[in-house]
Amino acid sequence: MLLTALKSKRLLWREWLASYLFLLPALAFFLLFVAYPMLRGAYISLFDYSLNRFEFIGLRNYADLFRDKTFLKSMKNTILIVLITVPAVIAFSIFVSNTIYRKSELARSFFRGVFYLPAVSSVVSITVVWASIYDPNYGILNYVTSLFGAEPIAWLGDLRTALFAIIAVLVTTSVGQPIILYVAALGNIPTSYIEAAQIDRATPGQIFRKIIWPMLMPTNLYIIVITTINTFQTFAIVQLLTAGGPLNATSTVMYGVYEKAFMLGSFGVAAAMGMLLAVVIGIISLIQFKFLGSDVEY
Amino acid sequence: MHASMPFRKKPKKLISNIVLLAVALFFVFPFYWIVTGAFKVQNVAVAIPPEWFPHAPTLDNFTVLFKNPVWRWTFNSFFVAAAEMAGVCLVASMAGYVLAKKQFPGRKIIFTLFVAAMALPKQVILVPLFTMIADFGWIDHYKALILPAIGWPFGIFLVKQFAQTLPGELLEAAKVDGCSELRLYYSIVLPLLKPALGALAIFTFINAWNDYFSQLIMIRSTPMMTLPLGVATLKGEYTTPYGVLMAGAAFASLPMIVIFLLFQKAFTQGITMGAVKG
Repeated sequence: MLLTALKSKRLLWREWLASYLFLLPALAFFLLFVAYPMLRGAYISLFDYSLNRFEFIGLRNYADLFRDKTFLKSMKNTILIVLITVPAVIAFSIFVSNTIYRKSELARSFFRGVFYLPAVSSVVSITVVWASIYDPNYGILNYVTSLFGAEPIAWLGDLRTALFAIIAVLVTTSVGQPIILYVAALGNIPTSYIEAAQIDRATPGQIFRKIIWPMLMPTNLYIIVITTINTFQTFAIVQLLTAGGPLNATSTVMYGVYEKAFMLGSFGVAAAMGMLLAVVIGIISLIQFKFLGSDVEY
Repeated sequence: MHASMPFRKKPKKLISNIVLLAVALFFVFPFYWIVTGAFKVQNVAVAIPPEWFPHAPTLDNFTVLFKNPVWRWTFNSFFVAAAEMAGVCLVASMAGYVLAKKQFPGRKIIFTLFVAAMALPKQVILVPLFTMIADFGWIDHYKALILPAIGWPFGIFLVKQFAQTLPGELLEAAKVDGCSELRLYYSIVLPLLKPALGALAIFTFINAWNDYFSQLIMIRSTPMMTLPLGVATLKGEYTTPYGVLMAGAAFASLPMIVIFLLFQKAFTQGITMGAVKG
Protein backbone atom coordinates (compact mmCIF):
# COMPACT_ATOMS: atom_id res chain seq x y z
CA MET A 1 0.00 0.00 0.00
CA LEU A 2 2.62 2.44 1.12
CA LEU A 3 4.71 1.53 -1.87
CA THR A 4 1.96 2.21 -4.40
CA ALA A 5 1.11 5.48 -2.67
CA LEU A 6 4.76 6.52 -2.90
CA LYS A 7 4.89 5.43 -6.48
CA SER A 8 1.80 7.36 -7.46
CA LYS A 9 3.13 10.39 -5.65
CA ARG A 10 6.34 10.11 -7.62
CA LEU A 11 4.31 9.83 -10.81
CA LEU A 12 2.34 12.91 -9.86
CA TRP A 13 5.55 14.81 -9.30
CA ARG A 14 6.87 13.74 -12.64
CA GLU A 15 3.71 14.86 -14.33
CA TRP A 16 3.87 18.24 -12.62
CA LEU A 17 7.47 18.65 -13.62
CA ALA A 18 6.66 17.78 -17.22
CA SER A 19 3.84 20.35 -17.23
CA TYR A 20 6.13 23.08 -15.93
CA LEU A 21 8.76 22.23 -18.52
CA PHE A 22 6.15 22.51 -21.27
CA LEU A 23 5.11 25.90 -19.93
CA LEU A 24 8.63 27.17 -19.48
CA PRO A 25 9.27 28.57 -23.00
CA ALA A 26 5.95 30.42 -23.10
CA LEU A 27 6.43 31.80 -19.61
CA ALA A 28 10.03 32.83 -20.25
CA PHE A 29 9.20 34.73 -23.45
CA PHE A 30 6.12 36.23 -21.87
CA LEU A 31 7.85 37.37 -18.69
CA LEU A 32 10.89 38.78 -20.47
CA PHE A 33 9.20 40.54 -23.39
CA VAL A 34 5.70 41.36 -22.13
CA ALA A 35 5.50 41.43 -18.32
CA TYR A 36 8.93 42.89 -17.64
CA PRO A 37 8.60 45.77 -20.15
CA MET A 38 5.28 46.65 -18.52
CA LEU A 39 6.95 46.96 -15.10
CA ARG A 40 9.95 48.67 -16.61
CA GLY A 41 7.58 51.16 -18.26
CA ALA A 42 6.15 52.06 -14.86
CA TYR A 43 9.69 52.36 -13.48
CA ILE A 44 11.23 54.54 -16.18
CA SER A 45 8.18 56.81 -16.19
CA LEU A 46 9.57 58.10 -12.87
CA PHE A 47 12.84 59.19 -14.46
CA ASP A 48 14.11 62.03 -16.54
CA TYR A 49 15.33 59.57 -19.13
CA SER A 50 16.92 60.51 -22.44
CA LEU A 51 19.98 59.41 -24.38
CA ASN A 52 22.43 60.90 -21.90
CA ARG A 53 20.36 61.33 -18.71
CA PHE A 54 18.80 58.96 -16.22
CA GLU A 55 17.68 60.84 -13.15
CA PHE A 56 14.91 59.98 -10.70
CA ILE A 57 12.26 62.72 -10.63
CA GLY A 58 9.30 61.01 -8.96
CA LEU A 59 5.96 61.84 -10.47
CA ARG A 60 7.10 64.97 -12.29
CA ASN A 61 6.64 63.47 -15.75
CA TYR A 62 3.00 62.86 -14.88
CA ALA A 63 2.54 66.30 -13.38
CA ASP A 64 4.06 67.86 -16.50
CA LEU A 65 1.77 65.85 -18.75
CA PHE A 66 -1.35 67.16 -17.04
CA ARG A 67 -0.21 70.69 -17.95
CA ASP A 68 1.00 69.77 -21.43
CA LYS A 69 -1.48 71.21 -23.95
CA THR A 70 -0.28 68.96 -26.75
CA PHE A 71 -0.74 65.85 -24.63
CA LEU A 72 -4.18 66.91 -23.41
CA LYS A 73 -5.19 67.64 -26.99
CA SER A 74 -3.98 64.23 -28.13
CA MET A 75 -5.86 62.56 -25.25
CA LYS A 76 -8.99 64.46 -26.27
CA ASN A 77 -8.52 63.42 -29.90
CA THR A 78 -7.99 59.81 -28.88
CA ILE A 79 -11.17 59.73 -26.78
CA LEU A 80 -13.13 61.37 -29.61
CA ILE A 81 -11.77 58.80 -32.07
CA VAL A 82 -12.85 55.98 -29.74
CA LEU A 83 -16.29 57.51 -29.12
CA ILE A 84 -16.98 57.71 -32.86
CA THR A 85 -15.14 54.66 -34.16
CA VAL A 86 -16.38 52.00 -31.74
CA PRO A 87 -20.13 52.62 -32.23
CA ALA A 88 -19.59 53.06 -35.99
CA VAL A 89 -17.71 49.75 -36.19
CA ILE A 90 -20.38 47.93 -34.17
CA ALA A 91 -23.32 49.35 -36.12
CA PHE A 92 -21.68 48.80 -39.48
CA SER A 93 -20.58 45.25 -38.63
CA ILE A 94 -24.00 44.25 -37.34
CA PHE A 95 -25.69 45.69 -40.42
CA VAL A 96 -23.37 43.82 -42.79
CA SER A 97 -23.49 40.56 -40.81
CA ASN A 98 -27.25 40.67 -40.50
CA THR A 99 -27.54 41.16 -44.25
CA ILE A 100 -25.14 38.38 -45.24
CA TYR A 101 -25.41 35.62 -42.64
CA ARG A 102 -28.30 33.83 -44.31
CA LYS A 103 -26.80 34.00 -47.78
CA SER A 104 -25.04 31.06 -49.41
CA GLU A 105 -21.62 30.01 -48.13
CA LEU A 106 -20.02 31.46 -51.26
CA ALA A 107 -21.66 34.87 -50.87
CA ARG A 108 -20.79 34.93 -47.19
CA SER A 109 -17.10 34.27 -47.74
CA PHE A 110 -17.06 36.77 -50.56
CA PHE A 111 -18.41 39.59 -48.41
CA ARG A 112 -16.40 38.58 -45.36
CA GLY A 113 -13.32 38.70 -47.57
CA VAL A 114 -14.19 42.11 -49.01
CA PHE A 115 -14.60 43.66 -45.57
CA TYR A 116 -11.49 41.96 -44.27
CA LEU A 117 -9.27 43.23 -47.10
CA PRO A 118 -8.30 46.50 -45.39
CA ALA A 119 -7.46 44.62 -42.19
CA VAL A 120 -5.07 42.14 -43.80
CA SER A 121 -3.46 44.72 -46.05
CA SER A 122 -0.48 46.58 -44.71
CA VAL A 123 -1.46 49.89 -43.15
CA VAL A 124 1.23 51.42 -45.37
CA SER A 125 -0.66 50.35 -48.50
CA ILE A 126 -3.95 51.58 -47.06
CA THR A 127 -2.57 55.00 -46.22
CA VAL A 128 -0.84 55.33 -49.60
CA VAL A 129 -4.12 54.98 -51.44
CA TRP A 130 -6.11 57.13 -49.01
CA ALA A 131 -3.52 59.89 -49.22
CA SER A 132 -4.12 59.91 -52.97
CA ILE A 133 -7.91 59.79 -52.58
CA TYR A 134 -7.82 62.71 -50.11
CA ASP A 135 -5.26 64.76 -52.10
CA PRO A 136 -6.53 68.36 -52.26
CA ASN A 137 -5.39 68.92 -55.87
CA TYR A 138 -5.50 65.55 -57.57
CA GLY A 139 -7.64 63.48 -55.24
CA ILE A 140 -10.58 61.55 -56.53
CA LEU A 141 -12.73 62.57 -53.54
CA ASN A 142 -12.55 66.25 -54.45
CA TYR A 143 -13.25 65.34 -58.06
CA VAL A 144 -16.41 63.46 -57.05
CA THR A 145 -17.62 66.23 -54.74
CA SER A 146 -16.87 68.82 -57.44
CA LEU A 147 -19.35 67.03 -59.71
CA PHE A 148 -21.94 68.12 -57.16
CA GLY A 149 -20.63 71.66 -57.17
CA ALA A 150 -18.62 71.47 -53.94
CA GLU A 151 -15.43 73.45 -53.41
CA PRO A 152 -12.24 71.40 -53.07
CA ILE A 153 -11.23 70.57 -49.48
CA ALA A 154 -7.81 69.68 -48.08
CA TRP A 155 -9.33 66.70 -46.27
CA LEU A 156 -6.20 65.90 -44.26
CA GLY A 157 -4.99 69.48 -43.93
CA ASP A 158 -8.17 71.19 -42.76
CA LEU A 159 -8.77 71.49 -39.02
CA ARG A 160 -12.45 70.70 -39.48
CA THR A 161 -12.08 67.55 -41.56
CA ALA A 162 -8.69 65.99 -40.73
CA LEU A 163 -9.77 63.96 -37.69
CA PHE A 164 -12.85 62.63 -39.46
CA ALA A 165 -10.81 61.73 -42.52
CA ILE A 166 -8.57 59.67 -40.20
CA ILE A 167 -11.58 58.06 -38.49
CA ALA A 168 -13.09 57.02 -41.84
CA VAL A 169 -9.93 55.11 -42.75
CA LEU A 170 -9.72 53.65 -39.26
CA VAL A 171 -13.27 52.32 -39.45
CA THR A 172 -12.62 50.55 -42.77
CA THR A 173 -9.60 48.78 -41.27
CA SER A 174 -11.48 47.76 -38.10
CA VAL A 175 -14.65 46.00 -39.25
CA GLY A 176 -13.14 42.78 -40.64
CA GLN A 177 -12.89 40.80 -37.43
CA PRO A 178 -16.20 42.00 -35.95
CA ILE A 179 -18.05 40.95 -39.11
CA ILE A 180 -16.54 37.45 -38.99
CA LEU A 181 -17.55 37.14 -35.32
CA TYR A 182 -21.06 38.51 -35.79
CA VAL A 183 -21.74 36.25 -38.77
CA ALA A 184 -20.69 33.26 -36.65
CA ALA A 185 -22.79 34.42 -33.68
CA LEU A 186 -25.88 35.09 -35.82
CA GLY A 187 -25.51 31.68 -37.41
CA ASN A 188 -25.59 30.13 -33.93
CA ILE A 189 -28.98 31.60 -33.02
CA PRO A 190 -31.50 28.76 -33.35
CA THR A 191 -33.79 29.54 -36.29
CA SER A 192 -36.70 28.07 -34.33
CA TYR A 193 -36.64 31.14 -32.04
CA ILE A 194 -36.99 33.50 -34.97
CA GLU A 195 -39.60 31.35 -36.69
CA ALA A 196 -41.67 31.18 -33.50
CA ALA A 197 -41.56 34.96 -33.24
CA GLN A 198 -42.59 35.28 -36.88
CA ILE A 199 -45.59 33.02 -36.30
CA ASP A 200 -46.52 35.36 -33.45
CA ARG A 201 -46.32 38.20 -35.98
CA ALA A 202 -43.36 39.97 -34.42
CA THR A 203 -41.97 42.70 -36.67
CA PRO A 204 -38.37 42.41 -37.89
CA GLY A 205 -37.53 45.30 -35.55
CA GLN A 206 -39.00 43.46 -32.59
CA ILE A 207 -37.23 40.25 -33.55
CA PHE A 208 -33.95 42.10 -33.65
CA ARG A 209 -34.45 43.86 -30.32
CA LYS A 210 -35.98 41.00 -28.34
CA ILE A 211 -34.21 37.95 -29.74
CA ILE A 212 -31.18 38.70 -31.86
CA TRP A 213 -29.67 41.54 -29.81
CA PRO A 214 -29.77 39.76 -26.41
CA MET A 215 -28.27 36.65 -27.95
CA LEU A 216 -25.46 38.72 -29.45
CA MET A 217 -24.50 40.15 -26.07
CA PRO A 218 -21.45 37.94 -25.35
CA THR A 219 -20.11 38.67 -28.86
CA ASN A 220 -20.89 42.36 -28.42
CA LEU A 221 -18.93 42.50 -25.21
CA TYR A 222 -15.88 40.87 -26.78
CA ILE A 223 -15.99 43.06 -29.89
CA ILE A 224 -16.59 46.29 -28.00
CA VAL A 225 -13.73 45.62 -25.57
CA ILE A 226 -11.28 44.56 -28.29
CA THR A 227 -12.21 47.41 -30.64
CA THR A 228 -11.95 49.94 -27.81
CA ILE A 229 -8.50 48.69 -26.79
CA ASN A 230 -7.26 48.75 -30.39
CA THR A 231 -8.77 52.14 -31.20
CA PHE A 232 -7.20 53.75 -28.14
CA GLN A 233 -3.83 52.78 -29.61
CA THR A 234 -4.40 54.35 -33.02
CA PHE A 235 -0.99 55.21 -34.38
CA ALA A 236 0.07 54.05 -37.82
CA ILE A 237 -2.72 55.72 -39.80
CA VAL A 238 -1.98 59.03 -38.09
CA GLN A 239 1.79 58.77 -38.45
CA LEU A 240 1.54 57.90 -42.14
CA LEU A 241 -1.28 60.24 -43.19
CA THR A 242 -0.92 63.44 -41.15
CA ALA A 243 1.94 63.07 -38.66
CA GLY A 244 -0.47 64.45 -36.07
CA GLY A 245 -1.19 67.66 -37.96
CA PRO A 246 -2.59 70.11 -38.77
CA LEU A 247 -1.80 71.84 -35.44
CA ASN A 248 -2.11 68.52 -33.54
CA ALA A 249 -5.68 68.15 -34.76
CA THR A 250 -5.11 64.44 -35.46
CA SER A 251 -2.44 63.68 -32.86
CA THR A 252 -3.27 60.65 -30.73
CA VAL A 253 -1.69 59.55 -27.46
CA MET A 254 0.27 56.78 -29.20
CA TYR A 255 1.47 59.24 -31.82
CA GLY A 256 2.58 61.52 -28.99
CA VAL A 257 4.43 58.59 -27.38
CA TYR A 258 6.21 57.98 -30.68
CA GLU A 259 7.09 61.64 -31.11
CA LYS A 260 8.38 62.02 -27.56
CA ALA A 261 10.37 58.79 -27.48
CA PHE A 262 11.66 58.34 -31.00
CA MET A 263 11.87 61.86 -32.39
CA LEU A 264 12.73 63.80 -29.22
CA GLY A 265 14.40 61.01 -27.24
CA SER A 266 12.45 61.60 -24.02
CA PHE A 267 11.81 58.03 -22.95
CA GLY A 268 10.67 58.85 -19.42
CA VAL A 269 7.86 61.17 -20.53
CA ALA A 270 6.87 58.77 -23.31
CA ALA A 271 6.66 55.90 -20.80
CA ALA A 272 4.50 58.05 -18.52
CA MET A 273 2.16 58.77 -21.45
CA GLY A 274 1.97 55.05 -22.15
CA MET A 275 1.15 54.30 -18.52
CA LEU A 276 -1.61 56.92 -18.45
CA LEU A 277 -3.07 55.45 -21.64
CA ALA A 278 -2.93 51.95 -20.16
CA VAL A 279 -4.75 53.16 -17.05
CA VAL A 280 -7.47 54.85 -19.12
CA ILE A 281 -7.88 51.72 -21.24
CA GLY A 282 -7.97 49.51 -18.14
CA ILE A 283 -10.68 51.61 -16.45
CA ILE A 284 -12.83 51.73 -19.58
CA SER A 285 -12.49 47.97 -20.19
CA LEU A 286 -13.61 47.32 -16.60
CA ILE A 287 -16.62 49.61 -17.02
CA GLN A 288 -17.54 47.84 -20.24
CA PHE A 289 -17.32 44.43 -18.56
CA LYS A 290 -19.47 45.65 -15.68
CA PHE A 291 -22.22 47.14 -17.82
CA LEU A 292 -22.22 44.81 -20.78
CA GLY A 293 -21.19 41.56 -19.14
CA SER A 294 -24.28 39.39 -19.09
CA ASP A 295 -24.88 35.76 -18.40
CA VAL A 296 -26.65 35.01 -21.65
CA GLU A 297 -25.52 31.60 -22.83
CA TYR A 298 -26.48 29.65 -25.87
CA MET B 1 -37.15 31.67 -47.57
CA HIS B 2 -40.39 30.59 -45.98
CA ALA B 3 -43.89 31.15 -47.22
CA SER B 4 -44.75 32.28 -43.71
CA MET B 5 -42.31 35.15 -44.04
CA PRO B 6 -44.28 38.42 -44.05
CA PHE B 7 -43.80 39.89 -47.50
CA ARG B 8 -43.68 43.50 -46.31
CA LYS B 9 -40.14 42.57 -45.30
CA LYS B 10 -39.09 42.23 -48.92
CA PRO B 11 -38.56 45.84 -50.04
CA LYS B 12 -36.57 46.38 -46.85
CA LYS B 13 -34.40 43.42 -47.72
CA LEU B 14 -33.84 44.77 -51.19
CA ILE B 15 -32.72 48.10 -49.75
CA SER B 16 -30.26 46.46 -47.35
CA ASN B 17 -28.83 44.41 -50.20
CA ILE B 18 -28.33 47.52 -52.31
CA VAL B 19 -26.66 49.29 -49.38
CA LEU B 20 -24.50 46.21 -48.83
CA LEU B 21 -23.30 46.24 -52.43
CA ALA B 22 -22.61 49.96 -52.24
CA VAL B 23 -20.45 49.67 -49.12
CA ALA B 24 -18.71 46.60 -50.53
CA LEU B 25 -17.82 48.66 -53.59
CA PHE B 26 -16.53 51.39 -51.29
CA PHE B 27 -14.26 48.82 -49.60
CA VAL B 28 -12.98 47.36 -52.86
CA PHE B 29 -12.38 50.69 -54.58
CA PRO B 30 -9.12 51.61 -52.77
CA PHE B 31 -7.65 48.29 -53.92
CA TYR B 32 -8.79 48.88 -57.46
CA TRP B 33 -7.20 52.30 -57.23
CA ILE B 34 -3.90 50.87 -55.97
CA VAL B 35 -3.69 48.27 -58.72
CA THR B 36 -4.67 50.60 -61.57
CA GLY B 37 -2.59 53.45 -60.13
CA ALA B 38 0.46 51.21 -60.15
CA PHE B 39 0.24 51.04 -63.95
CA LYS B 40 -0.32 54.74 -64.64
CA VAL B 41 2.39 57.25 -65.46
CA GLN B 42 2.66 60.10 -62.98
CA ASN B 43 0.84 62.76 -65.03
CA VAL B 44 -2.03 60.34 -65.61
CA ALA B 45 -2.11 59.28 -61.96
CA VAL B 46 -2.81 62.87 -60.98
CA ALA B 47 -5.06 63.73 -63.94
CA ILE B 48 -8.33 65.58 -63.37
CA PRO B 49 -10.78 64.21 -64.33
CA PRO B 50 -9.25 60.93 -63.20
CA GLU B 51 -8.59 58.13 -65.62
CA TRP B 52 -10.80 55.38 -64.24
CA PHE B 53 -8.91 52.73 -66.13
CA PRO B 54 -5.28 53.07 -67.32
CA HIS B 55 -5.51 53.49 -71.11
CA ALA B 56 -1.79 53.20 -71.69
CA PRO B 57 -0.57 50.90 -68.89
CA THR B 58 3.11 51.19 -68.11
CA LEU B 59 5.62 49.27 -66.00
CA ASP B 60 7.69 52.42 -65.34
CA ASN B 61 6.57 52.59 -61.71
CA PHE B 62 7.81 49.08 -61.07
CA THR B 63 11.11 49.88 -62.72
CA VAL B 64 11.56 52.83 -60.35
CA LEU B 65 10.30 50.78 -57.41
CA PHE B 66 12.83 48.01 -58.02
CA LYS B 67 15.71 50.46 -57.96
CA ASN B 68 15.21 50.09 -54.21
CA PRO B 69 16.22 46.88 -52.45
CA VAL B 70 12.65 45.60 -52.74
CA TRP B 71 13.59 41.93 -52.90
CA ARG B 72 15.69 42.27 -49.77
CA TRP B 73 12.76 43.97 -48.01
CA THR B 74 10.49 41.19 -49.16
CA PHE B 75 12.90 38.58 -47.84
CA ASN B 76 13.13 40.42 -44.50
CA SER B 77 9.36 40.52 -44.17
CA PHE B 78 8.96 36.85 -45.04
CA PHE B 79 11.81 35.77 -42.80
CA VAL B 80 10.59 37.69 -39.76
CA ALA B 81 6.98 36.60 -40.26
CA ALA B 82 7.92 32.96 -40.78
CA ALA B 83 10.18 32.91 -37.72
CA GLU B 84 7.48 34.48 -35.56
CA MET B 85 4.98 32.01 -36.92
CA ALA B 86 7.15 28.99 -36.09
CA GLY B 87 8.05 30.34 -32.65
CA VAL B 88 4.51 31.24 -31.66
CA CYS B 89 3.09 27.91 -32.84
CA LEU B 90 5.71 25.87 -30.98
CA VAL B 91 5.56 27.80 -27.72
CA ALA B 92 1.78 28.24 -27.72
CA SER B 93 1.08 24.60 -28.58
CA MET B 94 3.18 23.38 -25.65
CA ALA B 95 1.72 25.82 -23.14
CA GLY B 96 -1.86 25.66 -24.41
CA TYR B 97 -1.86 21.88 -24.29
CA VAL B 98 -0.75 21.52 -20.67
CA LEU B 99 -2.99 24.38 -19.54
CA ALA B 100 -5.96 22.56 -21.05
CA LYS B 101 -5.14 18.95 -20.24
CA LYS B 102 -2.91 18.74 -17.15
CA GLN B 103 -3.57 19.31 -13.50
CA PHE B 104 -0.76 20.94 -11.56
CA PRO B 105 -0.41 23.60 -8.86
CA GLY B 106 -0.44 27.12 -10.25
CA ARG B 107 -2.29 26.21 -13.44
CA LYS B 108 -5.12 28.63 -12.80
CA ILE B 109 -2.88 31.54 -11.86
CA ILE B 110 -0.72 31.12 -14.94
CA PHE B 111 -3.74 30.93 -17.21
CA THR B 112 -5.29 34.02 -15.59
CA LEU B 113 -2.00 35.84 -16.12
CA PHE B 114 -2.09 35.10 -19.85
CA VAL B 115 -5.76 36.08 -20.18
CA ALA B 116 -5.17 39.34 -18.33
CA ALA B 117 -2.22 40.07 -20.60
CA MET B 118 -4.46 39.71 -23.65
CA ALA B 119 -6.28 42.87 -22.58
CA LEU B 120 -2.95 44.64 -22.15
CA PRO B 121 -2.55 47.44 -24.69
CA LYS B 122 0.38 46.03 -26.62
CA GLN B 123 1.77 49.28 -27.94
CA VAL B 124 1.98 50.74 -24.46
CA ILE B 125 4.97 48.52 -23.71
CA LEU B 126 6.80 49.53 -26.89
CA VAL B 127 8.87 52.31 -25.32
CA PRO B 128 10.24 50.24 -22.40
CA LEU B 129 10.64 47.30 -24.78
CA PHE B 130 12.63 49.50 -27.13
CA THR B 131 14.97 50.70 -24.37
CA MET B 132 15.47 47.09 -23.32
CA ILE B 133 16.17 45.90 -26.88
CA ALA B 134 18.56 48.83 -27.31
CA ASP B 135 20.40 47.79 -24.13
CA PHE B 136 20.74 44.29 -25.56
CA GLY B 137 22.23 45.83 -28.70
CA TRP B 138 19.57 44.23 -30.86
CA ILE B 139 18.35 47.33 -32.72
CA ASP B 140 18.37 46.77 -36.48
CA HIS B 141 18.52 42.97 -36.05
CA TYR B 142 15.87 40.43 -36.96
CA LYS B 143 15.71 39.20 -33.37
CA ALA B 144 14.47 42.63 -32.22
CA LEU B 145 11.27 41.90 -34.12
CA ILE B 146 11.05 38.11 -33.72
CA LEU B 147 11.79 37.34 -30.08
CA PRO B 148 9.41 39.84 -28.42
CA ALA B 149 6.51 38.46 -30.48
CA ILE B 150 6.84 34.81 -29.45
CA GLY B 151 5.27 34.83 -25.98
CA TRP B 152 1.95 35.93 -27.48
CA PRO B 153 -0.82 35.39 -24.89
CA PHE B 154 -3.51 35.22 -27.57
CA GLY B 155 -1.79 32.23 -29.18
CA ILE B 156 -1.62 30.35 -25.89
CA PHE B 157 -5.26 31.15 -25.22
CA LEU B 158 -6.33 30.01 -28.69
CA VAL B 159 -4.56 26.64 -28.38
CA LYS B 160 -5.86 26.13 -24.85
CA GLN B 161 -9.45 26.75 -25.94
CA PHE B 162 -9.07 24.24 -28.74
CA ALA B 163 -7.13 21.63 -26.74
CA GLN B 164 -9.94 21.53 -24.18
CA THR B 165 -12.19 19.92 -26.77
CA LEU B 166 -9.75 17.05 -27.41
CA PRO B 167 -10.76 13.61 -26.08
CA GLY B 168 -8.94 12.97 -22.81
CA GLU B 169 -9.18 9.17 -23.14
CA LEU B 170 -6.84 9.13 -26.09
CA LEU B 171 -4.15 10.90 -24.10
CA GLU B 172 -4.71 8.66 -21.07
CA ALA B 173 -4.49 5.53 -23.18
CA ALA B 174 -1.19 6.62 -24.66
CA LYS B 175 0.11 7.33 -21.16
CA VAL B 176 -0.88 3.86 -19.96
CA ASP B 177 1.02 2.42 -22.91
CA GLY B 178 4.14 3.98 -21.42
CA CYS B 179 4.42 6.85 -23.88
CA SER B 180 6.79 9.55 -22.62
CA GLU B 181 5.45 13.08 -22.22
CA LEU B 182 7.54 14.40 -25.05
CA ARG B 183 6.46 11.66 -27.41
CA LEU B 184 2.86 12.05 -26.36
CA TYR B 185 3.06 15.75 -27.27
CA TYR B 186 4.92 15.18 -30.50
CA SER B 187 3.11 12.22 -31.98
CA ILE B 188 -0.41 12.56 -30.55
CA VAL B 189 -1.13 16.07 -29.30
CA LEU B 190 0.47 18.04 -32.12
CA PRO B 191 -1.42 16.27 -34.92
CA LEU B 192 -4.67 16.73 -33.00
CA LEU B 193 -3.98 20.43 -32.58
CA LYS B 194 -3.51 20.93 -36.31
CA PRO B 195 -6.70 22.93 -37.00
CA ALA B 196 -5.94 25.39 -34.19
CA LEU B 197 -2.28 25.67 -35.15
CA GLY B 198 -3.16 26.24 -38.80
CA ALA B 199 -5.34 29.17 -37.85
CA LEU B 200 -2.75 30.47 -35.39
CA ALA B 201 0.02 30.21 -37.99
CA ILE B 202 -1.81 32.36 -40.54
CA PHE B 203 -2.86 34.77 -37.85
CA THR B 204 0.68 35.21 -36.60
CA PHE B 205 2.11 35.52 -40.08
CA ILE B 206 -0.26 38.31 -41.11
CA ASN B 207 0.13 40.11 -37.77
CA ALA B 208 3.90 39.94 -38.00
CA TRP B 209 3.93 41.22 -41.57
CA ASN B 210 1.68 44.13 -40.65
CA ASP B 211 3.24 45.06 -37.29
CA TYR B 212 4.30 48.41 -38.65
CA PHE B 213 4.92 50.18 -35.31
CA SER B 214 7.48 47.63 -34.06
CA GLN B 215 9.24 47.59 -37.42
CA LEU B 216 9.35 51.38 -37.48
CA ILE B 217 11.11 51.69 -34.12
CA MET B 218 13.31 48.56 -34.14
CA ILE B 219 14.73 48.84 -37.67
CA ARG B 220 17.02 51.63 -38.78
CA SER B 221 19.03 50.77 -41.90
CA THR B 222 17.58 50.49 -45.40
CA PRO B 223 18.72 46.90 -46.09
CA MET B 224 17.11 45.65 -42.85
CA MET B 225 13.74 47.23 -43.54
CA THR B 226 10.61 45.18 -43.97
CA LEU B 227 8.58 45.59 -47.13
CA PRO B 228 5.88 47.90 -45.69
CA LEU B 229 8.51 49.98 -43.92
CA GLY B 230 10.55 50.28 -47.10
CA VAL B 231 7.53 51.30 -49.15
CA ALA B 232 6.70 53.97 -46.55
CA THR B 233 10.11 55.56 -47.17
CA LEU B 234 9.39 56.03 -50.88
CA LYS B 235 7.32 59.15 -50.20
CA GLY B 236 9.04 62.03 -51.94
CA GLU B 237 9.97 65.08 -49.95
CA TYR B 238 8.32 67.64 -52.22
CA THR B 239 6.17 65.81 -54.71
CA THR B 240 4.36 62.57 -54.05
CA PRO B 241 5.29 59.92 -56.62
CA TYR B 242 1.84 58.33 -56.52
CA GLY B 243 2.51 55.81 -59.27
CA VAL B 244 5.59 54.38 -57.57
CA LEU B 245 3.88 54.43 -54.17
CA MET B 246 0.90 52.56 -55.60
CA ALA B 247 3.20 49.98 -57.14
CA GLY B 248 4.89 49.57 -53.76
CA ALA B 249 1.54 49.41 -51.96
CA ALA B 250 0.32 46.73 -54.34
CA PHE B 251 3.51 44.77 -53.89
CA ALA B 252 3.46 45.06 -50.07
CA SER B 253 -0.15 43.95 -49.66
CA LEU B 254 -0.39 41.29 -52.32
CA PRO B 255 1.26 38.46 -50.31
CA MET B 256 -1.10 38.97 -47.37
CA ILE B 257 -4.18 39.18 -49.56
CA VAL B 258 -3.20 35.96 -51.36
CA ILE B 259 -2.50 34.18 -48.05
CA PHE B 260 -5.79 35.40 -46.62
CA LEU B 261 -7.79 34.28 -49.66
CA LEU B 262 -6.08 30.87 -49.72
CA PHE B 263 -6.63 30.18 -46.03
CA GLN B 264 -9.78 32.17 -45.39
CA LYS B 265 -11.53 29.23 -43.78
CA ALA B 266 -8.80 28.44 -41.26
CA PHE B 267 -8.43 32.14 -40.59
CA THR B 268 -12.14 32.63 -39.93
CA GLN B 269 -12.17 29.63 -37.61
CA GLY B 270 -9.20 30.99 -35.72
CA ILE B 271 -10.93 34.29 -35.07
CA THR B 272 -14.10 32.61 -33.84
CA MET B 273 -12.15 30.12 -31.72
CA GLY B 274 -10.20 32.87 -29.99
CA ALA B 275 -13.36 34.76 -29.11
CA VAL B 276 -15.05 31.91 -27.24
CA LYS B 277 -15.29 32.74 -23.59
CA GLY B 278 -12.62 31.22 -21.35
